Amino acid sequence: MTAYEPYTTTDGRTIGGVLMEMKNITLRFGGVEAIRDISFDIREGEIRAIIGPNGAGKSSMLNIISGFYHPQEGEVWYKGAPRPAMKPYEVARMGVGRTFQNIALFEGMSVLDNVMTGRLTHMHASFWQQALWWGKAEREEIYNREQVEKIIDFLEIQAIRRTPVGRLPYGLKKRVELARALAAEPSLLLLDEPMAGMNVEEKEDMSRFILDVNDEFGTTIALIEHDMGVVMDLSDRVVVMDYGRKIGDGTPDEVRNDQDVIDAYLGVAHG
Amino acid sequence: MLYRTAGQFKTSYRADQALFPIRQDAFLLGVILLCAWVIFPLTASEFTFQTILTPILIYSLAALGLNILTGFAGQLSLGTGAFMGVGAYACYKLITLMPWLNPVVAILMSGVFSAGVGVLFGIPSLRIKGFYLAIATLAAQFFLVWLFEKWAWLYNFNSSGAIQVPNLDMFGLYVAGPQASSMTQYYLVLGITCLLTWICINLTRGTLGRTWKATRDMDIAAELIGIDLMRSKLTAFAVSSYVVGVAGALFVFMWRGAAEPNLFDIPLSFRVLFIAIIGGLGSVLGNYLGAILIVGLPVVLNTVPRAIGIEIDSALVEHLNIMIVGTLIIFFLVVEPHGLNQLWRLIREKLIIWPFPH
Repeated sequence: MTAYEPYTTTDGRTIGGVLMEMKNITLRFGGVEAIRDISFDIREGEIRAIIGPNGAGKSSMLNIISGFYHPQEGEVWYKGAPRPAMKPYEVARMGVGRTFQNIALFEGMSVLDNVMTGRLTHMHASFWQQALWWGKAEREEIYNREQVEKIIDFLEIQAIRRTPVGRLPYGLKKRVELARALAAEPSLLLLDEPMAGMNVEEKEDMSRFILDVNDEFGTTIALIEHDMGVVMDLSDRVVVMDYGRKIGDGTPDEVRNDQDVIDAYLGVAHG
Repeated sequence: MLYRTAGQFKTSYRADQALFPIRQDAFLLGVILLCAWVIFPLTASEFTFQTILTPILIYSLAALGLNILTGFAGQLSLGTGAFMGVGAYACYKLITLMPWLNPVVAILMSGVFSAGVGVLFGIPSLRIKGFYLAIATLAAQFFLVWLFEKWAWLYNFNSSGAIQVPNLDMFGLYVAGPQASSMTQYYLVLGITCLLTWICINLTRGTLGRTWKATRDMDIAAELIGIDLMRSKLTAFAVSSYVVGVAGALFVFMWRGAAEPNLFDIPLSFRVLFIAIIGGLGSVLGNYLGAILIVGLPVVLNTVPRAIGIEIDSALVEHLNIMIVGTLIIFFLVVEPHGLNQLWRLIREKLIIWPFPH
């Protein structure tokens, strides 16, 4: 593990030690090697982007972090210790939250219920307390509702809190999904293409929310995104993947000037 | 205007999360409870108790149980009839093995057995979904009815192969068997139904309910935000089968008085499923509305034409009943998949803003 000194960014955020480290990860589906021998780390408090062309293995990488796939080789280190093979729900309970490339909200529930569901990991009333709506069950409902309302305020979705999610437009659904992930108070938040399919204005809103979340709650964020402008503006460091390999890693400026990255992804000037 | 909510402000989350945040809802419930606990029993005849009041409650309870599994947790089940049977046979065995046992305790305990059996047959749901799971529960349906027939210990080696409810008394009052009065049985059923409904409402609006609904709506997302799908599905099977089992015990002990294995065959499962679908999947109130419709319809068809002087053949009533119920199911599946409950919600929304259109 590389040792890092904590430092303060130009905009006043503190970037700490390593929160999560991927060590020599290889993932195969049958004969197909989706990810080959990739290592990188995510530091506390930073915004880390993973970029690459379609099929580069970015989503697979996110799925490994959230415990949905288990790599054939390599280790995932989390908070300074190797993480054993875990079920996704166990990973979530360790403080890894995420949103999805294709919106995966609970369509039959209201916005409020969706975000409340995000707080499940913080609710521990027993079956009987819940059945009788008694003691801890009632207190937890009220306490967690307060926490949820804070997030609803933060993301400016007060007006739609009672609306069934199925009726919302696309941009708002993305925001509700962010709210649901935030409700769990994750240490590490994974965003899988948070701005896919949005117009410029919606992208600006979402970028602002991502920066605010990172700034206000100190949440570490790892995101996948295709919009290069957004990635370069938001992130502290960028991992570039291509055909399952890592071809670049560093600050946006370093990555932008890296010849391999330019060749593979940003485009080669011909002529 | 009756349903106007203007001026009803909430100043705490406790008030906002109350069971009935709108005053009129609480009032309406009060009226219904008053009818159920006081007015109906005072006015009802023996016939009304036996053909309308008691069966509506029992069917509502069974549909509520099924609704928890299918409507809230999204696991399709076709084995409701058999799980009712497990409750009934368990209650029969408890009563005959321990005659000193309080009948109400026996009925509430019999649900534990059906919950156990339900969890056992719910294990396939961890691997399979939708229609395939429905087939697995169908297997439970056939297997259990077969078991009720073949395992003579279950019916105490009766030569008839049926279970007969003995006279049971509680504090000197007959509550089951040939000597029990319909009103006593009605009150018992009503009490248990109210209790279980209240518990189910609490469960479905709390953490567990959200876990179930998340599993129903998007299981992958549910797992990735920290829900143990196995736990979620199996608790749904357990709670659902418990309620269904208690309904089955009430069905035999408080209403039918006797039961043969084929009583719990697939027509009963479908009847309960129809009630849940017509009432509205994913609702509590809908089960009552659905049961009122399904149980009440044949009675209405039988009595109303005669009351207004049209002689109608009872076989024709039977056919009309099947035709109307069938049409209704198709109607609801096409027009209002969320059932009578949704219909009521739309009416209520309109009432709140009445007389204005918006």
